[in-house]
Amino acid sequence: MHELGVTQNIVAIVGEAAKGRRVTRVTLEVGKLSGVMSEAIAFCFDVVVKGTALEGARLEILDIDGRARCKACGLEFETETLFTPCPCGSHRSTRIRGEELIVKSMELVEAA
Amino acid sequence: MCGHCGCGDEQAAAVLNLETGKETPLARDAGQQAHGDGDSHDQDHDHGHGREHGHDHIHADGSRHGHPHGHVQPARSAAGEVVELEARILAKNDAMAERNRAWFKGREILALNLVSSPGAGKTTLLERTIRDLKDELKLYVVEGDQATANDGERIRAAGAPAVQVNTGSGCHLEADMVARGLQELRPSPGSVVMIENVGNLVCPALFDLGERAKVVILSVTEGDDKPLKYPHMFKAAEMMVLNKMDLLPYVDFDPERALANALKVNPSIASLRLSARTGEGLDAWYDWLRDEWAQVRDLAFS
Repeated sequence: MHELGVTQNIVAIVGEAAKGRRVTRVTLEVGKLSGVMSEAIAFCFDVVVKGTALEGARLEILDIDGRARCKACGLEFETETLFTPCPCGSHRSTRIRGEELIVKSMELVEAA
Repeated sequence: MCGHCGCGDEQAAAVLNLETGKETPLARDAGQQAHGDGDSHDQDHDHGHGREHGHDHIHADGSRHGHPHGHVQPARSAAGEVVELEARILAKNDAMAERNRAWFKGREILALNLVSSPGAGKTTLLERTIRDLKDELKLYVVEGDQATANDGERIRAAGAPAVQVNTGSGCHLEADMVARGLQELRPSPGSVVMIENVGNLVCPALFDLGERAKVVILSVTEGDDKPLKYPHMFKAAEMMVLNKMDLLPYVDFDPERALANALKVNPSIASLRLSARTGEGLDAWYDWLRDEWAQVRDLAFS
């Protein structure tokens, strides 16, 4: 529901870094447990980029699966939700990945 | 706009100082939001994900395809130059939140971010707290709502200085809105600032405001599975207050199950049961506030 604001942040970060050059591709990492829906960002992107250096840029979103390490037994395991327990039954774990919200890279048109 | 609540369109956002009646529009240009104070790049974030995992791509046209491994961007492709950014998308809000946090800490102010669904009883709990603790703690309130100054007026009537932040169509408070609110509110050193977020169990979880703790209020007229339905919020909160306990005989809500569900999401969450209307259980809430407040005073110079 906050994806429009998030997308505006993305466009602002990339637009600033591009320093006036045209952007042809933006690559994001979005953790599946980040609380942000990739589909909604993709939906907002085309609207938000209008009139910016990113207009027409391709959006590439790398969805990152959730993974955690159990504090009880040390096992590393996949987590589909924020409360997926370790196979050993423990709910105490440290998130290793899945909460990323990162602008990874951008592709720019070669400077003339 | 984003399919649900249209947040991000902040045309009607404003800060209303309820002491002076002064209203200031919150002009928040989206293009200025993610940067403005220097470098938004973050080189030291935890980059724990490796190259070994699979992932899907979604493109703006909605098409999606999977890759068995992370792919390494070539430095140059046929189309142009690839620039690695590794910038955290919420870096601007997080930086502003840290600024708020330092501001609170330097003034020995306890700041709490109160979150819940609409109607769970945030304002009622605040009114009661202000009245009961008025001789003991100096309380200030930053009221967040999409529209109206109704809650801010209720707080003021209860006896606490308040500033109303209307987010327009925005569905949560952000750190810069709180900073603007504080600028109007000017809370005194050693006080308590209660930030009443927009009633919403989704978006406020993502936006740090600089508070010491998030307090999530869940009323017994809601479902006891809410912690599992809105796990981000219950994971982000340090304290869960179960409110409207006086209504428990009339509803199917099971407080034990609610707590068990909250602990699944957040094994370290604390919880209290009370009724802001009847006053049942409020002593424990006040003890918790006093304890947090004392800790803030002890930590100010650490």
